[in-house]
Amino acid sequence: MELTRRDAVSALTALGASVAVAGCSDAGSTAQQSGADAEIHDTMVAAAEVVYPDEVTGIDTFVTTFLESRLAGDSHAAGVADAVAAVNDRAEAWYDDRFVDLPAADRDSLLRELGADSAEPHREGTTAEEVRYYVVNELLLALYSSPTGGELVGLENPQGHAGGIDSYQRGPQA
Amino acid sequence: MSGRPPAEDIETNAGATDRTPVDNADVCVVGAGPAGALVADRLADAGHEVVVLEAGPRFDPADRLARQERAIRPTDDRPEVWESDPERDAHSNSGEWFYPLNHARARGVGGSTLHWQGMVMRLHEADFNSKGDRGVGVDWPIDYSDLRPYYAAAEAAFGVAGGEIPFGPPREEPRPMPAFPPSYSDSLFAEACDELGIAMHPVPNARNSEAYDGRSKCVGYGTCQPVCPSGAKYDGTVHIESAEENGATVIDRAAVQRLNHDADRITAATYATPSGEHRQAADAFVIAAGGVETPRLLMLSASEQYPDGLANSSGAVGRFFMDHLFAGMGGRLDEPTRQNHVGFLTSESHQFYDDADDEFAPFKLEFFNYAGPSPVGMALTGDDWGDDLLGRLREDYGTHIAMGGLVEQLPRADSYVGLDESTTDNHGNPVPDMHWNVGDRALRTIERANEIQRSILEELGVEIEWTAGPDSTGPAYHHMGTTRMSDDPSEGVVDAECRTHDLGNCWIASSAVFPTGGAMNPTLTIAALALRVADAVDRAL
Repeated sequence: MELTRRDAVSALTALGASVAVAGCSDAGSTAQQSGADAEIHDTMVAAAEVVYPDEVTGIDTFVTTFLESRLAGDSHAAGVADAVAAVNDRAEAWYDDRFVDLPAADRDSLLRELGADSAEPHREGTTAEEVRYYVVNELLLALYSSPTGGELVGLENPQGHAGGIDSYQRGPQA
Repeated sequence: MSGRPPAEDIETNAGATDRTPVDNADVCVVGAGPAGALVADRLADAGHEVVVLEAGPRFDPADRLARQERAIRPTDDRPEVWESDPERDAHSNSGEWFYPLNHARARGVGGSTLHWQGMVMRLHEADFNSKGDRGVGVDWPIDYSDLRPYYAAAEAAFGVAGGEIPFGPPREEPRPMPAFPPSYSDSLFAEACDELGIAMHPVPNARNSEAYDGRSKCVGYGTCQPVCPSGAKYDGTVHIESAEENGATVIDRAAVQRLNHDADRITAATYATPSGEHRQAADAFVIAAGGVETPRLLMLSASEQYPDGLANSSGAVGRFFMDHLFAGMGGRLDEPTRQNHVGFLTSESHQFYDDADDEFAPFKLEFFNYAGPSPVGMALTGDDWGDDLLGRLREDYGTHIAMGGLVEQLPRADSYVGLDESTTDNHGNPVPDMHWNVGDRALRTIERANEIQRSILEELGVEIEWTAGPDSTGPAYHHMGTTRMSDDPSEGVVDAECRTHDLGNCWIASSAVFPTGGAMNPTLTIAALALRVADAVDRAL
């Protein structure tokens, strides 16, 4: 199932806020980003490829678009940057390679060896807790509060998405 | 570019910076929840100089999506969505029943309507005459007919969407907006209820089914409790903004410490702000601080003249604390139930409400649209991801179904809000002590509600997995009864106009004045009483 820009930008459009489309949908735009931003983007996409189910496509565009609003402020952006740096440090130390260059199975293993699978998500906690919050849960929140993420489960209007008041009235065959 | 602003980027400095008193104030309102907001708006509109003192902050509406993230992520507890402060909001629990006070309230401009569900029913006629009609509790000194026009005004003020309720009290006109259509799962329930002869009907919602009063129609975010990012759900900020447009002054982070008074009048409210303490004088005072902070403030204002607390000649301040008890049951059905698309209810049954007597309390039944966990919530709490996570979500989501219900508890002198002198808040004041006790009539009625819920769910073919019964019930977060209304000054704190018997220029606008609670969500009645208080204050000025 393909993730679309609608999935990534749905939240505020329901409130009537304008959405500037230009410049935020090019999946290959990392070359335009600074080195640090590109590292965050590439690492988050590489992590999404692990934590998202196989049937999801369009991950790069989705993550690119979603992150744009998430990294606009200071506090959250710093948390994501620190967590991403921790992931990359572990990749270099344990696998002698960049996280983004590891095979998907190794990326999965690294996140688990880091403890991000069983850690409680915290903004200011252990490395495992921060990676769980800023990387794993950040990506899962984005996916499963989007229309496509909801539809994967059979819920067109998941919590957090302003999908209107029609779907709750419809039956499963509609 | 838009999207979801992060939870931790919320700014908490949206409030006023000038927190000094207002000169020549006619009215000082303590509390900026729905009651205080309506009183302030009406009196400011009538030309009075009004100042509102709110202990909590003013929240920036632009932060609501970020607050929604706090509600969805497991990292933040519910009280953190609206910035509960553990020191400011400290409290004790000395009753037989634990009361989770900070899950039950939000402190700030808008008050607990910031996180409320938004269900708005009128009390039934018999609720005002519990002793006379049901043989238990006490009678209110007013009847439904006294409140009826104010109910209509409150429905217009909130913006209520709802249809006909066959078991409701008489009313003069339809609600302002059409009801939300029934849900798919309502249609499942309807088949079972038809078989059992149980009527379902719409829920009156303080939530826009169409654009109303400059606010959006509901867009289906699904997080009504604890935050509506679209503003389609009514909250007290609506009338705070209106009050300010009408000339009122609203001061946030202005925690009233005590009410200064002489023998029979309040002279000033002493309040603490981040920049120091001030005194707000006024001709009239309206305390609208909810069922816990209202009696606490009166007790904190004890003096030589009123050693047991201000306006407490009756001894009833803090006494008779009531809440509604939750009765519920749920499980799984062998077919999709389509839950968690929206965060509000569309159908209830009030069929059994007026069967109440001295043995059984009034109660209502609710048909849930959000039974079982939300997939995004589940996704953030497991130790799996990828295909394994998706498999778990598909397994756990889709077939849950559940019912709820509210049950009245009677007023009891041994159920009260007191002061815990051994624990102090951020200003050094004793914290509220929740001493909540519930009687047998309520517990029997929960069993009765459970029996009906079981009959419906079994008729539907549900495999029942949980029951919220007498041993596992909890409060509905409706604080009532702690400054109750009575014509007799020895029995109640306020008179039929909600003016304190002891102090001629002090009114209370709150569910604190309810002598009994009925089993309907209380906020519409709070609003109706607040509008009635505004009229009374206007006449007195």
